[in-house]
Amino acid sequence: MAQKQHLKDHFIEQQIFHNRSITAIFFTLILFSMLIFRLFFLQINSHEHFTTLSQNNRVSVQAIPPTRGLIYDRNGIILAENLPSYTLQIIPEQAADIETLLEKLSLLITLRDIDIKKFKKEVRRKRRFEGIPLRFRLTDEEVAIVSVNLHRLPGVEIKAQLSRFYPYGKETAHVVGYVGRINEKELKKLPVTNYSGTNHTGKLGVEKSYEALLHGQVGYQKVETNVRGRVLRVLERSNPIPGNDLYLNLDINLQKVAIEAFENKHGALVAINPENGQVLAMVSMPDYDANLFVNGIDSKTYKALNTSWERPLFNRTIMGSYPPGSTTKPFFALAGLELNVIQLDHEIFCPGFYRLKGKAHKYRDWKKWGHGKTDITKSIVQSCDVFYYDLAFQMGINKMHKFMTHFGFGKKSGIDILGERSGLMPSKEWKKRVRKQVWFPGETVIAGIGQGYVLVTPIQLALGTATLANGGQHFQPQLVSSIQRKADPFPRRVSPQVIRNVPILRKENWQEVHHAMTEVIHGARGTARRLNKPDLRYKIAGKTGTAQVFSVAQDATYKEDELEERLKDHALFMSFAPADNPKIAIAVVVENGGHGGSVAAPIAGKVIEAYLSQFSDEQLKQPVKKETREKPAKKQRTPVNVESDNTAAILHEEHKHG
Amino acid sequence: MASQSSSPSLFFRLHIDLTLLMGLIALIAIGQVILYSASGESMALMQRQSIRLGIALIAMLLIAQISPDTMRRWSPIIFIIGIIMLIAVLLVGTKVLGAQRWLDLGLFRFQPSEMMKLSVPMMLAWFLSSGNIPPRNKHLIIALAILLVPVLLIAKQPDLGTSLLVTSAGLFVIFMAGVSWRLIFGFIFAGIAFTIPMWLFLMRDYQRQRVLTMLNPESDPLGSGYHIIQSKIAIGSGGSFGKGWLNGTQSHLEFLPERHTDFIFSVFAEEFGFSGILILLSLYLFVIFRGIYITTQAHGTFSRLLGASIVLTFLIYIFVNIGMVSGILPVVGVPLPLVSYGGTSIVTLMAGFGILMSIHTHRKLLAH
Repeated sequence: MAQKQHLKDHFIEQQIFHNRSITAIFFTLILFSMLIFRLFFLQINSHEHFTTLSQNNRVSVQAIPPTRGLIYDRNGIILAENLPSYTLQIIPEQAADIETLLEKLSLLITLRDIDIKKFKKEVRRKRRFEGIPLRFRLTDEEVAIVSVNLHRLPGVEIKAQLSRFYPYGKETAHVVGYVGRINEKELKKLPVTNYSGTNHTGKLGVEKSYEALLHGQVGYQKVETNVRGRVLRVLERSNPIPGNDLYLNLDINLQKVAIEAFENKHGALVAINPENGQVLAMVSMPDYDANLFVNGIDSKTYKALNTSWERPLFNRTIMGSYPPGSTTKPFFALAGLELNVIQLDHEIFCPGFYRLKGKAHKYRDWKKWGHGKTDITKSIVQSCDVFYYDLAFQMGINKMHKFMTHFGFGKKSGIDILGERSGLMPSKEWKKRVRKQVWFPGETVIAGIGQGYVLVTPIQLALGTATLANGGQHFQPQLVSSIQRKADPFPRRVSPQVIRNVPILRKENWQEVHHAMTEVIHGARGTARRLNKPDLRYKIAGKTGTAQVFSVAQDATYKEDELEERLKDHALFMSFAPADNPKIAIAVVVENGGHGGSVAAPIAGKVIEAYLSQFSDEQLKQPVKKETREKPAKKQRTPVNVESDNTAAILHEEHKHG
Repeated sequence: MASQSSSPSLFFRLHIDLTLLMGLIALIAIGQVILYSASGESMALMQRQSIRLGIALIAMLLIAQISPDTMRRWSPIIFIIGIIMLIAVLLVGTKVLGAQRWLDLGLFRFQPSEMMKLSVPMMLAWFLSSGNIPPRNKHLIIALAILLVPVLLIAKQPDLGTSLLVTSAGLFVIFMAGVSWRLIFGFIFAGIAFTIPMWLFLMRDYQRQRVLTMLNPESDPLGSGYHIIQSKIAIGSGGSFGKGWLNGTQSHLEFLPERHTDFIFSVFAEEFGFSGILILLSLYLFVIFRGIYITTQAHGTFSRLLGASIVLTFLIYIFVNIGMVSGILPVVGVPLPLVSYGGTSIVTLMAGFGILMSIHTHRKLLAH
């Protein structure tokens, strides 16, 4: 039975099996078709899409920071350079635990709190697999210690970098400034792409105001990375364009002479070349070392600097507002002459005080018993106050304001560093607008001797002196003299910018004032006659000044024994030399220095001497070469030729490249 | 066919099917080439794989010498031993990567679930060939029970890939034995009818989420989706002609996971492109069709059922692996047959082809 059934089924079985085999073949073909369709879709239809994804996977773009431009003084002495230094950085993704890693590191090298704080702040903003600097400028010893232990410190790497260094960090801190690590506020303002590889930016001084020129153009490299972000090879590289080198008008040796001359006194000095507005020296005392700031100053040192009553961080040359005192007298004398208020033979009698008509108040002269008969020259040489009380009253404050504005008083000088204060040259309108009060005649009287509302910054006083010296050409003071682009064979000069020409009524008026200023030093009774030395190859013109201090009350904390010192008057001196062919114009303020002639003038004298020593007798006598005066620059500039290219144009160009 | 001539060739007498062997060797050769690239040009790894291939080839040749009749008689015993070993694995097995699949036999480690890939279809072929064809419902239920025991044991290890392959191997035997289409579709509909209410009422949210992620891995790009996304990028960026041998960026830069085992197809697709894939799939198709041809020529129900099951399981291997790496099937650990790196699977596969060769070359003895 079983056998029979088996035989019977054999045929059916064959057929079933045959049918099922055909089904299996179809089944196979269907499954294979599905696979082929799917793969066709992925590889042919969506090929581009996946190629892009694959590229993004493996290729990452890394920024190569450009080398920051160098800064030189007028003689090519380097003021800001890039020194190779070792930076310790951490790739957080590769470090197992940041806290333990930092702990381990702190056992090996010194880690200041600020380093860790800044590091943690930056961890939040950087992209993945990017090294974040923890410590800059490792010593050779530190590099060695960390290198040996590198295997125990996953995620740590030591990178050789260039770090900014200021060989004259103390001398140039207020001028060249410094760079520092980019903070969050700056991050928002700076162009993101161009700074993608940069850790530092200019914070102060030339470093800040010329940031766009100094920084350069970022380069990049396309690198192939593996899944852990490790760079395997460089696919493409575009080199960064280094920043422009800057040459300053500043003479570092002159700067050093000036600083030495200040000894330990506080104050400021600005020296300008009256022929073109170049800033030759710019000193604010006390100073500090700019290098402290480059890689993050620790909070203790910073606090000490910032809260010191000496205010070393305060750039007195452009921010210090001082009552100019008697240094305004040559300007007002000239104003009276040029505005036809007085004539060259003008003479007054000085009884030692001045009184407005109908008023009892006496405006006193510094000389109690008076100067007696006083003409213009005597008024300047002996600094007669009464002469100027009277002159001011005759002119009125608005004429004084207008005339002084020609010389740049009451306005920012436009010097090429930031943070400048505008000083104050008051007028009736000003008082109405700002103080909401009417102008009193008595305020005109004390403005006549540079007191009252009048405030100047040392740069303004130097600039005014230069304008007075060169016969009325009011230049914009310039720190940067030329800009060297790496691609160019020669640096481009920044041409002098004339802001305005002071209108001249009579040359004799100017000569009279110059003569009087020369007598201040060379006359027998000049207030700065101590500068007159028998072996001088040239004559110096100048004017002393003493300004009352009335800002002390604002300072809440000071020690008893400092009080007297700080209540002393500021000593001022403005000067140019040689008197008949000015090559240097200078303004000196010595805070609480006492009398201008005894304290401020000697400092100026030393700087003048040092500066003019480089000129031969002939050069000193050589008259001013320019016969015609340059025209002031228009606001809307016509295209400039390359030679006389100026900063603004180059800056503009740089931005286009960016 | 030369092998069917009156004077059988040398190969036929050695129980070797030359056509099938050539197809297999071509696939193995391609596999070695791509493995060299996928392993990051590791000679050590190539060496180990070569040794395994050697063992696998010897196993194939040895098994080809055993007649299908002998195999049939040994089937129940092998099956019972296999079940015992599966239970042993669950009790005393070695854990590797969270799954308990290995038996430590002192000299070497053994994966009993691999053996079941052949033992289950053998058992079912033995059982069904001894009864009526097509099987009666009673036999069918017994057959399903025979299948279910090892599948559940393997799934518990857990080894989803192998239990899937064992299930399909068993089901193919039942299918080839001639289960009526009515029953087949009935099961399919029953399955769907069972799944829907379970999905709607019985499963919890997180369970549904897990199933959805398995079906659509891209919804979880950092977790389970990462492998598939990277694999699709590898395949898609290969394009028509590929990036060239050893030039696959996805694999060489280690974006592609498991690149020398389960995801080796993606490496191949990236480096050789769509044209390369067509060649590879043609070779697979060639081997499958040769296998189907062998089963249609086979004598005896046992041989036919077993042979067809082996061939169709091979097909499932290919489909599941490529479907998985190209993102149309969920990720289950199924290697690309003859290409992926891995010892036991290649030995089992070659043993399967050994059975096919045996079926083909022992025919005459049965026929006459």
